[in-house]
Amino acid sequence: MKKELLKVNNLKQYFPVKGGFLGRTVNHVKAVDDISFEIYEGETLSVVGESGCGKSTTGRAILRLEEPTDGEVYFEGEDLLALNKSQMREKRKDLQVIFQDPYASLNPRHTVGQILTEAMQIQKIAPRSELRKRAIELMEIVGLNAEQIDRYPHEFSGGQRQRIGIARALSVDPKLIIADEAVSALDVSIQAQVLNLLKRLQREFNLTYLFIAHDLGVVRHISDRIIVMYLGKIVEIADKKSLFENPQHPYTKALLSAIPIPDPEKKKERIVLKGDVPSPINPPQGCRFHTRCPFATEICRTKVPELRNLDHMKEGHRAACHHIEKIHSGEMALQK
Amino acid sequence: MSSNLSNPNLEQSQKGSLFLNNLKDFYRRLSRNKAALIGGYLILFLILVAIFGPLFTVHDPNEPDYAVKLAGPSAEHWFGTDHHGRDIFTRVIHGIGITMTIGVLSTILGGVVGIILGIVSGYYGGKLDTVIMRLMDILLAFPGILLALALISILGASRQNVIIAIALFAVPTFARIVRGSTLSVRNLEYIDAMKALGASDFRIIFLHILPNILSPIIVQGSIFIASAVLSASGLSFLGLGEQPPSPELGALLSDGRDFIWDAGHIAFFPGLVIMLIVLAFNVFGDGLRDALDPKMR
Repeated sequence: MKKELLKVNNLKQYFPVKGGFLGRTVNHVKAVDDISFEIYEGETLSVVGESGCGKSTTGRAILRLEEPTDGEVYFEGEDLLALNKSQMREKRKDLQVIFQDPYASLNPRHTVGQILTEAMQIQKIAPRSELRKRAIELMEIVGLNAEQIDRYPHEFSGGQRQRIGIARALSVDPKLIIADEAVSALDVSIQAQVLNLLKRLQREFNLTYLFIAHDLGVVRHISDRIIVMYLGKIVEIADKKSLFENPQHPYTKALLSAIPIPDPEKKKERIVLKGDVPSPINPPQGCRFHTRCPFATEICRTKVPELRNLDHMKEGHRAACHHIEKIHSGEMALQK
Repeated sequence: MSSNLSNPNLEQSQKGSLFLNNLKDFYRRLSRNKAALIGGYLILFLILVAIFGPLFTVHDPNEPDYAVKLAGPSAEHWFGTDHHGRDIFTRVIHGIGITMTIGVLSTILGGVVGIILGIVSGYYGGKLDTVIMRLMDILLAFPGILLALALISILGASRQNVIIAIALFAVPTFARIVRGSTLSVRNLEYIDAMKALGASDFRIIFLHILPNILSPIIVQGSIFIASAVLSASGLSFLGLGEQPPSPELGALLSDGRDFIWDAGHIAFFPGLVIMLIVLAFNVFGDGLRDALDPKMR
């Protein structure tokens, strides 16, 4: 039986929209609206979706970089959102984060050595005298030249900086690492290197990843399970194989149909969605996707679909659509 | 920037040499602006004069000598004498120190308070931010010199109170600049990374935000010294700052006011020196802004 490391229950993150006289709160951006999922120990769970669907916000809410509006985040059975500041500070050792922008994620005035030792100092990982030795070890682990320990971030390339960011996250022996678009800013060859590094580290240190990304190719390479988000809601959650081979939700189908296939002979049906993503300030009633869904009917406009698992789907594969059966049986098909 | 990379000697460089390299780099960029460089040297010269000048003057700055009153410039009295026969050159040399001390101290005092308010305001945001910044708006709404006049009439005229009064109107300008810079740094990912590591707010503010917003603070500081010097002289000129017989430059100017047609040199030389100090800090500050601006590299 797989062990649950993190369990998110009904997480909500609303950001107030200030406006009008005296800057009162006039509305909310519902960045993440009532999502639940769990991460098992040692796996890589990816969250995909287009810009503004709430995937980064989910990561930040779990880390309490922004306080969530509502919900529960259980880490090894303990609700992180119920912890006070100093309890949370201790817990932070177990949850680390790797950011997207390798240029903004390192303090430009600190050397690599300072960056790594400071992280260990805050969490009191090792005695002061051993910090530098451990920093050198960490640099070697992530594939950096230990002689560069006294250099400043601007002397490194983007890929190397990302490795420094990874070393910083590793320095406190975390159990869960949230990689927030960790390779999106890198070019493709460097992406592959960093992804392989992440995979190797996962094996060596028994890490669990929450991998936030928008690039389906990357997600396919690294994930065990995948969550697809749309406008602050989870539309589909499945293991990698099921999701790519047997997608159920119309949005997931559209997303997957956008992956180019490097074969000019093969004709593929491309599902092109109409219109733009609606504003998360006033998201559509019912199913959030109904404004762009080719299969939308009356029920989609009024009733919010639940995540469901049906007979033709593998265990653990769930999608939030009212018409899964009809689409699967062919009763509902795309009109040409 | 690139100079560090291309230098192979820095392979295992120590921090000191990198700092020295940065300093050299900074000097090189500053020296591109000739006016700023001259301003910098002028400031250095004025500081040396302020410290060591009084040791070399032969006359007493405050001792009247009515035999030579209102005398023009001569070999004995380079800048002439005033209506009490005091040597103006000696008084100006002594005055430079007093005026610059007031200017620098009030800038430091106002700067420190403004930096703290600005960082707190920018970092924490919310209601605290609103309260602090509206207070700063109120302070900014008063013309600086008027505020200083009001404060001094309450506290009484003394050097200490002049410094406090000038510092008070340095606070809002610093607070605004620091708040703006803090806002831009606060949302960078390395601040989030520190939060995710469990760093305290204190550590984040002093180790990660403050060092990265120093450039605009230094520039603002050097420019503000110029206006602080002007305000200090202005207050003395109005009789609210340094009291006679102190040779503060503004007071010297005020002394010369009654004799401006008969003995113009009494007001001319202190005025010239005030102008030099203000000019030096202004052009230096301008050059500093260009030299510290990463986009100009």
